[in-house]
Amino acid sequence: MTRRHCVIIGNGMVGARFAQEARRHDPAARALAITVVGAEHRPAYNRVLLPNLLSGTMRDEDLILGDRGWYASHHVRLRTGTPAIRVDVAAHAVWTGDGDVIGYDHLVLATGARARVPALPGIAAAFPEVAAGVTALRTIGDARRLANLALTARRKHGRIAVLGGGVLGIEAARALTARGTAVTVLHRGGHPMDRQLDAPAGRVLAAAIRATGIDLRLAVEAVRWEPGRGLWIRPTGNPGAEPGAEPGAELVRADGLLVSAGTIPETGLAAAAGLRLAPSAAIAIDDALTTSDPDVYAIGDCAGHPGAAGGLVQPGWEQAAVLASRLTGAEPRSRYRGSSRVTRLKAAGIDLTCVGDAFPDVADPDFEVLRFEDAGRYAKLVLQADRVAGAIMLGFPDAAAGIVQLYDRDAPVPADRLALLLGRALPEEASGTRAPAALPDHAIVCRCNMVTKAQLRDAWYDGATSRPALCAATRAATGCGGCGGDVDAFADWLSSTDPVKPAKEAILR
Amino acid sequence: MSAARGTPTHCPYCALQCAMTISLPATPAGEPLIAPRDFPVNRGGLCQKGWTSAELLRAPDRLTTPLLREPAGGDGGILRSSPREIAAGPRPATWDEALGRVVATITRLRREHGPDAVAVFGSGALTNEKAYLLGKFARVALRTSQVDYNGRFCMSSAAAAGNRAFGIDRGLPFPVTDLGRAGLVVLAGANPAETMPPLMGHLTGPGTRLIVIDPRRTPTAAAALGGGGLHLQPAPGTDLALALGLLHVARTSGYLDTPARAAYRRQRTAGWEPAWQRAAAWWPERAERVTGVAVADMRAAVRLLHEAPGAYILTGRGVEQHSKGTDTASAWINLALAFGLPGTAGRGYGCLTGQGNGQGGREHGQKADQLPGYRSITDPAARAHIARAWGIPEADLPGPGRSAAELLEAIGTEGGPKALLVFGANLAVSAPRARHVTGKLRQLELLVVADSVPSETARLADVVLPVTQWAEESGTMTSLEGRILRRRRALRPPDGVWTDLEVLSALATRLGRDRAEFPADPDDVLAELREASRGGLADYSGADTARLDAEVPLYWPVPAGSDGTPRLFRRRFAHPDGRARFAPVDHRDAAELPDGEFPLFATTGRVLQHYQSGAQTRRVPELQRAQPEAFVEVHPDTARRAGLADGGRATVTSRRGTVAARVRCVATMRSDTVFLPFHFPGEGSANALTNPALDPVSRMPEFKVCAVRLEPA
Repeated sequence: MTRRHCVIIGNGMVGARFAQEARRHDPAARALAITVVGAEHRPAYNRVLLPNLLSGTMRDEDLILGDRGWYASHHVRLRTGTPAIRVDVAAHAVWTGDGDVIGYDHLVLATGARARVPALPGIAAAFPEVAAGVTALRTIGDARRLANLALTARRKHGRIAVLGGGVLGIEAARALTARGTAVTVLHRGGHPMDRQLDAPAGRVLAAAIRATGIDLRLAVEAVRWEPGRGLWIRPTGNPGAEPGAEPGAELVRADGLLVSAGTIPETGLAAAAGLRLAPSAAIAIDDALTTSDPDVYAIGDCAGHPGAAGGLVQPGWEQAAVLASRLTGAEPRSRYRGSSRVTRLKAAGIDLTCVGDAFPDVADPDFEVLRFEDAGRYAKLVLQADRVAGAIMLGFPDAAAGIVQLYDRDAPVPADRLALLLGRALPEEASGTRAPAALPDHAIVCRCNMVTKAQLRDAWYDGATSRPALCAATRAATGCGGCGGDVDAFADWLSSTDPVKPAKEAILR
Repeated sequence: MSAARGTPTHCPYCALQCAMTISLPATPAGEPLIAPRDFPVNRGGLCQKGWTSAELLRAPDRLTTPLLREPAGGDGGILRSSPREIAAGPRPATWDEALGRVVATITRLRREHGPDAVAVFGSGALTNEKAYLLGKFARVALRTSQVDYNGRFCMSSAAAAGNRAFGIDRGLPFPVTDLGRAGLVVLAGANPAETMPPLMGHLTGPGTRLIVIDPRRTPTAAAALGGGGLHLQPAPGTDLALALGLLHVARTSGYLDTPARAAYRRQRTAGWEPAWQRAAAWWPERAERVTGVAVADMRAAVRLLHEAPGAYILTGRGVEQHSKGTDTASAWINLALAFGLPGTAGRGYGCLTGQGNGQGGREHGQKADQLPGYRSITDPAARAHIARAWGIPEADLPGPGRSAAELLEAIGTEGGPKALLVFGANLAVSAPRARHVTGKLRQLELLVVADSVPSETARLADVVLPVTQWAEESGTMTSLEGRILRRRRALRPPDGVWTDLEVLSALATRLGRDRAEFPADPDDVLAELREASRGGLADYSGADTARLDAEVPLYWPVPAGSDGTPRLFRRRFAHPDGRARFAPVDHRDAAELPDGEFPLFATTGRVLQHYQSGAQTRRVPELQRAQPEAFVEVHPDTARRAGLADGGRATVTSRRGTVAARVRCVATMRSDTVFLPFHFPGEGSANALTNPALDPVSRMPEFKVCAVRLEPA
């Protein structure tokens, strides 16, 4: 196989992962020469953890996914700070912002997505740099901007408004409050995370969010951002009036605005190059991750595959792995068939896991639905043919971990459905029932020496009527010594239920 | 029971080396008596194996005469593929005849194929003296580079990680008794409640909590829960992701920023940043998805580590016997270093050595890349020292050879070994992909096995040499805490039985070496070992017999004139700059994952009553009655789905073989995992399943995870 040149546009989590996976299969760059073109100046970093910069639990450098040393030592040419501005698929070439033209055999588009910004006065027009006090949370630069706004807010005893109560909005809000910033989250829907949650779960989540000190406003939408004052809002679904001129609008005083109202795939280059877009507005790809041009591939949030949910890193990483094994020749026939859908909220104090589809047609007899709800917890488990089809687990940390693994592996669920919800097998015997009378004869009292209750009892009647005598006769408690208390209890029990008779004592040698 | 005529010694089994007294029977027909002795590690306790260890001495099928198998085809030069057991059975022979056959065949093979055609396989069960003399025998008498030992299957990953982090590898760099004062002990992939029960006495005091990491709810895990600790139950092969997730939580919770930990990191370690960069990408929710361990449990575990007044992290084979075992051990060491544990009073990291002399056995040169005193065979200064000690030109000292699994795999290939001499190992049961290994052994032109009983491997041998066992010979052992112990001869071996040292001495002499180079007296060998180890990492030069006989606690390094080193690293680590090293490790999947055809993980381990391949313990009636046969632990649902019930007969099949086993339904098992003990031979041999995929650094095979399916037998 002759060496081919692969150009990756986009040095984010997915583009960098592709380079790493490719080098895992092809460490000496025999199959693929790789050039990475990235618009940001810094090496690839972990966007998933951006909220940790807000809470102060991580620093910028903690997010780096592979420093420049890695690229150099793995034969990957890295061009950061240079956006790709044009792709010519006929010429197999990429133009960069600094005037270079780079030819390719394979082109991998990993351009990601950008924040969806509502077209509202004071927000979209000047977004993002100019509008004072408004930002998204997609980059380290965004996080810095937001952290500065939060610092200002704390000093002024003000607050940050978060527009959008989805996963990112809640995680960011929680990170901000963790550092002492007052936050109001504004959400259009009747409950937060309405893409993942049904209404009852949403009610429990809303309460959990409020319990962490976040001010959560539901069924409201933004009207306009007024720098220095705050965000004007109104109830969702009110027909009518012009944005910004709403007479019924209410002002939420805020020193900064985080826009977390979803993302839009970054498809500008692809569209200009004539590549086909999917109905989702992402770049259309097939299971081979190929776009409408056979030498151009797309992975991650810019790519539209029916089996991949947007906004999660896992599908992009899985696509990167499949494409790397194809293009390096490690597994040329590898295909991407979609990713399991798992959303795990990363918000201190709120343990929420959503998997698959938890909104089945309840009338369908194929589905078995388990539910539990109380003031602080909500569980809904949708099973189909003994497999997890979907689940919402809020406040069930032990069970959620196991259910995700069952779902990921399409493995059958335990017959004991209560144990499934609790996340652990019910103990056969509750602990603390080592009372001698309650134990069966075959119960092992001393594990180190495999001494059963029956052996202790027989030894007792053969004259070993004290703990030392029982230990000497049976070797109980002569290993780790952990059962010494149990042997004592046994001796006490027998001496009270069956007091030692002098005749028995005489048998002692 | 009178102790007057008793001989103080140590248990023949695991690395805890419990102290005991063995007393001779009053009458020739009587049984020798075992009594535990008060000693720091076992505090007067013994487990069932120790109590019954005298029965080994009276095994009904004890070998007392050499056995010879006639070469098929007459000239011995023809490779035979027919099963040796079915060929004409071995016949008793004299020692002269047996040794003559060995030497004649070796001499011919060396002449025809060069010295590397003859290989030697040792064991972590051998005394220090035997391990030393075996390595010298290979390099000096046979001049082969092909010498390795079963410790590759045991300690190699922990050893590699320990050397990488600390510049030295002593399983516990502190006395066992230090553990008793800890507020918290983390046991990653270790089950001492079954594998070394008296150790639990040090771990279950009122002030100590345990965190146990194990795919199974072992008795150790149950003890952790009973004492208010935690049991984290990851999927097999995911401990590395778990350790990375824990480090991530520790750092992002601010627990590593205390002045003491920050100062420790700055002053006593190197390499934090690249190691942290790997862990930074393992946020706990990601680690949860891979491991199945809840984020909440990870946070609870890390909080306990943060708050404990004194904490120890200990690893066992569960995290080490993987194709990424070295990196996994390193990830746990990283966590220990991040919390400032190693080399700090009342804190530490250690690994729990398995075999009786698993520690000493890896220090004195029976390992392919190593010379006595834990010296590297590629280090010119080390080679010069040892060549001088052995009185040979340095050029005659072979270089590094193949590691254990690779050595076995090379049999029957171009340039591979044609003869193998095995001491103290039962490869037909204990090697990964055991049936394949059995096939390899059958391709040898000469298999020599020195053992006291007809083990499964001895039954394949062309020459079986009957040797003494523990209480019939003297020597030293180095326990899991690095303490050198004296094992004393308590009784006369049966007539016709030689010691391993006598065998090596006789073979070396017949191969033309001077008898003085290969003494058969263990004290003479120890004297030579002390000199050879002088100045090495594992310096034994101050370990003289008088002090050992007086039970002076001598922990290596013990340079001549010193009192030894109970605690390493108090001032500096053994790297030239004195700093410990964080290792930049990342998670990777097991070499084989479950799929549609083999949908379950299988993991292997030990039960309390048996030891290693079971060649010894299966011959003790009391132990065999308690655990008579191979079994498979499985979740009741998983059993039911396979059409099985508790007590039924199942087959477990991997890509490499099938095992027949009795079903034990255990409600605390993960439903995706089955467990098999590896002590049983034949159709119950768990290692028929295991994956020989090797760790790239330690060459450890992946014993602890492979993919299987479960079916009714």
